Amino acid sequence: MTGWHSAGGGPVIPDFGQPSACLKQNGWFCTDWMSKHWGDVLQPALVQHIQLTVIAVGIGFGIAFLLALVGFRWRFLDAPLGGFTDLLYTIPSLALFQLLVPLTGLTVTTVEIALTSYTLFILYRNIVAGLRAVPAEVLESARGMGLTRRQTFFRVELPLAVPAILAGLRIATVATISIATVAAFLIQDGLGHPIFDAIETPDLFKTELLASGGLAILLALTADGLLAYAQRALTPWSRLR
Amino acid sequence: MVASAFVDAFRFMPNHVSLLLDKAGETAELAFVALAIALLIALPLGLWLGHRHRGLLLALGVSSLGRSLPSVALIGLGIGILGVGFWNNTVALVVLAIPPILTNTYFAVEGVDRDAVEAARGMGLTEAQILTRIELPLGLPLLLAGLRIAAVFVIATATIAGIFGGGGLGDIMARQITYGLGGVFAAALWVAGLALLTAAALALAQRAASRRMAPRT
Repeated sequence: MTGWHSAGGGPVIPDFGQPSACLKQNGWFCTDWMSKHWGDVLQPALVQHIQLTVIAVGIGFGIAFLLALVGFRWRFLDAPLGGFTDLLYTIPSLALFQLLVPLTGLTVTTVEIALTSYTLFILYRNIVAGLRAVPAEVLESARGMGLTRRQTFFRVELPLAVPAILAGLRIATVATISIATVAAFLIQDGLGHPIFDAIETPDLFKTELLASGGLAILLALTADGLLAYAQRALTPWSRLR
Repeated sequence: MVASAFVDAFRFMPNHVSLLLDKAGETAELAFVALAIALLIALPLGLWLGHRHRGLLLALGVSSLGRSLPSVALIGLGIGILGVGFWNNTVALVVLAIPPILTNTYFAVEGVDRDAVEAARGMGLTEAQILTRIELPLGLPLLLAGLRIAAVFVIATATIAGIFGGGGLGDIMARQITYGLGGVFAAALWVAGLALLTAAALALAQRAASRRMAPRT
């Protein structure tokens, strides 16, 4: 008997078998629900959320890096490329997700395309700005030392741009974690899903809402902290910033 | 098919002008109330901390915290605490609007030329006068830049409130079944337009403020 509930339209309040007093009263934070459903609700959502984010930021970084190389090498292309990424960023996430559905359906791909396109704006600007910020004297001395254009790029410009690139990655990752919660409007993936679920429960299932909302915030803060640490560890020379 | 949604959006607009205006008004109201409350909280705090040259870590910490908080989680928690409606969305938006305002106000005041402040102090201005007559006018452009970031952020995020009964243009976007993909896209374009208009207005104010402070010849 226990554990079975029919899948008739809309969210169903889970059958807990023997609901605790806390769950019966819809308390703020019922530890028995947490320990019972960490494994089948919260943990999968957390893992999916991390996957959504890592894939989007990874692909976004690849694309943004190539675009930035183009915008950096041919300066007249910088404004149109930057404008294009601006434009993508201006479309509200809720609309972009739905606009992509006719093309790629209610799939993870749809969500990843939208998330990736949002990272481009932050990453492109940061990579180009980082490459551009290399002082003219430094480039002058590189040329004076007989470095070719290619050597100058890999040995001087790129290493000096690393702090700006990492700062961009940090902002893009945290922003993606935030936008990925909206993905639950389309697909049942990520930490947005239990949040939406809890809100759609007739009397607002507080424990699930608090647990999944708190988990999303915790994930964002942890990612921000870890990337800030990585930023400092990888570029010790810019510690003062 | 995306192209047809684009065409549909422009067909939708002339037929639903009053709906779009209504919903845009709701979004603007939500954003305005949230920004006003955020200003009331963040402005005095930022001015005070900046004037005292204290709380650098707080200002930086708040800005990175604000950037991190997922809006859906915030709105969700707001619903848990305040119930469905105007206020849970407003509170979430206030939380999102505080960081850019606080951080920029802090750096606007903190970064004012110390010689100018010393000179004013030497001329016998009180601390309050220094803040209102020297630091605030000199820092105004940067302060307005923070307000602009917060405004764009709040308008964009206010659409998510539509999913949870917060009204506004997001309401249209969350109801594709009723309004169709054209309606969703039309509302999205209006949100973008609203954000761009607000940003442009504040950018003009910012330019006026910095021109006023330029040295006179």
